[in-house]
Amino acid sequence: MKQLPASIWTLTVGILVTLIAVWVGNNSHFFPEQASVQAPLVDNFFNLMLMIATALFLLVAGTIIFFAIQFRQRPGDEGDGVPLEGDFSLEAYWTLIPAVIVIVLGIYSVEVFTEMGGFAAGGGGGNHLLMSHHHHHEMKAQLVSDEMSEPTPEFEAKYGLGGAGKPDVIVTVTGMQYAWIFNYPEGITAGELHIPVNKSVQLNIKAADVIHSFWVPQFRLKQDAIPGQDTELRFTATKVGDYPIVCAELCGGYHGAMRTRVYVHTQEEYDQWLAENLVAQNPDLSKTVAVHTEH
Amino acid sequence: MAQAQLPVSGEFPVASGHHPTAWKWYDYFTFNVDHKLIGIQYLVFSFVFYLIGGLMAVVMRTELYTPDADVIDPNLYNALLTNHGTIMIFGWIVPAAIGGFGNFLVPLMIGARDMAFPRLNALAFWMLPPAGLLLVGSFLFGGAQAGWTSYPPLSLITANTAQSMWCLSIILAGTSSILGSVNFIVTMVKMRVPSMSWDKMPLFCWAMMATSILALLSTPVLAIGLILLLFDINFGTSFFKPDAGGNVIIYQHLFWFYSHPAVYLMILPIFGIMSEVIPVHARKPIFGYKAIVGSSMVICFVGLFVWVHHMFTSGTPPWMRMFFTVSTLIVAVPTGVKIFSWTATLWGGKIRYTSAMLFAIGLLIMFVVGGLSGVTLGTAPVDIHMHDTYYVVAHFHYVLFGGSVFGLYAAIYHWFPKMTGRMLHEPLGKVHFLLTLIGANLTFLPMHVLGTQGMPRRVAMYDPQFTQINQICTIGAFILAFSVIPFLVNVIWSWGWGEKASGNPWRALTLEWTTDSPPIIENWHRLPVVTHGPYDYGLNHHQEMPTTPAHS
Repeated sequence: MKQLPASIWTLTVGILVTLIAVWVGNNSHFFPEQASVQAPLVDNFFNLMLMIATALFLLVAGTIIFFAIQFRQRPGDEGDGVPLEGDFSLEAYWTLIPAVIVIVLGIYSVEVFTEMGGFAAGGGGGNHLLMSHHHHHEMKAQLVSDEMSEPTPEFEAKYGLGGAGKPDVIVTVTGMQYAWIFNYPEGITAGELHIPVNKSVQLNIKAADVIHSFWVPQFRLKQDAIPGQDTELRFTATKVGDYPIVCAELCGGYHGAMRTRVYVHTQEEYDQWLAENLVAQNPDLSKTVAVHTEH
Repeated sequence: MAQAQLPVSGEFPVASGHHPTAWKWYDYFTFNVDHKLIGIQYLVFSFVFYLIGGLMAVVMRTELYTPDADVIDPNLYNALLTNHGTIMIFGWIVPAAIGGFGNFLVPLMIGARDMAFPRLNALAFWMLPPAGLLLVGSFLFGGAQAGWTSYPPLSLITANTAQSMWCLSIILAGTSSILGSVNFIVTMVKMRVPSMSWDKMPLFCWAMMATSILALLSTPVLAIGLILLLFDINFGTSFFKPDAGGNVIIYQHLFWFYSHPAVYLMILPIFGIMSEVIPVHARKPIFGYKAIVGSSMVICFVGLFVWVHHMFTSGTPPWMRMFFTVSTLIVAVPTGVKIFSWTATLWGGKIRYTSAMLFAIGLLIMFVVGGLSGVTLGTAPVDIHMHDTYYVVAHFHYVLFGGSVFGLYAAIYHWFPKMTGRMLHEPLGKVHFLLTLIGANLTFLPMHVLGTQGMPRRVAMYDPQFTQINQICTIGAFILAFSVIPFLVNVIWSWGWGEKASGNPWRALTLEWTTDSPPIIENWHRLPVVTHGPYDYGLNHHQEMPTTPAHS
């Protein structure tokens, strides 16, 4: 058999693997549609890792299969293989390359996580955390005008995804076996989540009984609802439509049935929904005006 | 030399004057102190539990064939998923890999006559049957239903009796594991045959060393968590009751501080098995002995600092989410070193396609998939979407089935002749391999898509859009269940009537192959002397074992 030079083989394999990996990374259709600001961040990061993973898988699995065929025992050959016990430069190479990949992915993780609002947790909703004292003071200042001397919000999230500044919409989400309840500061209680598109939404998440987990796959966002410890999610929905809300933490026999929907409306539709429900749920409208609005 | 004054010739606790040269079948059901017998006890016990846990999985996959909960009661479904996980971990992989192969092989591989503490060893095994009975018996009370993680408050308010039995069962299994670990460490440090220096110790023993250290450091923490849980359920304490000032997140930390290392407990011995099986059947020295030893130790160490990646969507502050993202990613490096080393071991070999080798190569590829999906999951941003979905289920089944179970099968095909003195039927083994490979990939590969698209794990009912993919998974699970039949037939038939095995049917170089198959009680006619490395294939000096045991 005429042998091609090894360098040509390496080059060909390298190009092929790169092409396939890039194609897979850019054409994965695993995810549902992207309906939040965070969704493309997660998808792009995943697809980058998918690309690297595809390349690595092809190389490693390809090598294994190639070796497995090439170095099979030939009939009648009862001898041993090449007595090779190691190769320092090769071992250094395959320790360092993954280490570099992993460091890059680690740095990128921090970046994506920051962009998603990970480090702003506890910052936006009148809550405090070590890294966001300035937000805290901001909120305090706003609340000074209130009668209360302490800002003691009934809600104190430390964990989740947050954001700076005041959100456009605040909804309190309560998980209970086996339903999600959504309370609006305006005085509306609903079994589904209604939010306006392209507006920042703050979900203050509580649990009434056991741990639940609020997940909207199309938003790529998930946060546990924890009894005794409030959590939050800050996001902006980017697409009008309705998407599933799924409980992702085992919460009992009907955990799988703990599903509802989030309706992302245009601002007009949302205002209309608010108005209709205000009337429907609060026959005595003067009451709703008294609800603290913080505006 | 430290070894000089040690009783390497074996102070056997059984009255040494009149003990038999081979055990009778009924000895296997008694409190016996022979490490080989205990190893086989562990293996048979754990395989029975593998079948029980597998049956649970089949019932669950049958339920999931349709989106509605129409086969079994959803509470029973939760009991099945809880006990499937628990049994597969504490009843199958841990006792089979550590208890079974660890016990059988470590003393033989280091030229010892038994473990350092034979009675402790037997005690550790005999803690498992009551642990298993507690789990099985808990079904009389509805079965624990809070998942193998048993997060409070759910575990505090669901099926209290069954949950308490579950806690006791795991505490027993954990104690057994702690006792076993002490025994392994002391045995390897103190009882190696004097001619075996550390750098001549087989890699399986090194893997068991890393495993034992890890188990010793992490298991007590799990026991703490479960004892507190037990007190909360039964004695009115409120460690994890939020409305009484308790904190549910603390439990998660206690639980995962053990249970993430538990993943390494389940895979490190398997890595050890790989490092034994591959060189023998490829007829090659292991590539990078020291790197493999080092990577086991690095995994053991770093593995203690990654647990919070199970809690990225829980009550976890931002810095922790990031710290544990990075530490988790680091584990990929030593794991990669192992994968690459085994691959390089294949290079230039003369690979024998025995069933053991097929499972080892199958493992190599399956584990790469599981490792890579693990990297994606290990990053907090992606995990916020993927956590608690079928993507996670897919990932850990690639690692634990494609990794651990494939490895256990490879080990059984490889060491069955040593354990029983009979060869397994090779063609039947290949059928078994093929069915397992197809079944595993058909079951677990589509689950990646399910999770990414929005199906949470641990559900008895799901959105009808996921029906088709679930049906593929269920068919795969049936194939997997069926794949056990040729294996069982093979083992039972071969154990009784298989072709007789010589002392060293694979012409392997580690010490266990220098004695009879099965080895006599106290292992050696004459203690072996180590004159070469355990993987010196192709290096001429191994042609004849210097201490070939003379028969009687």
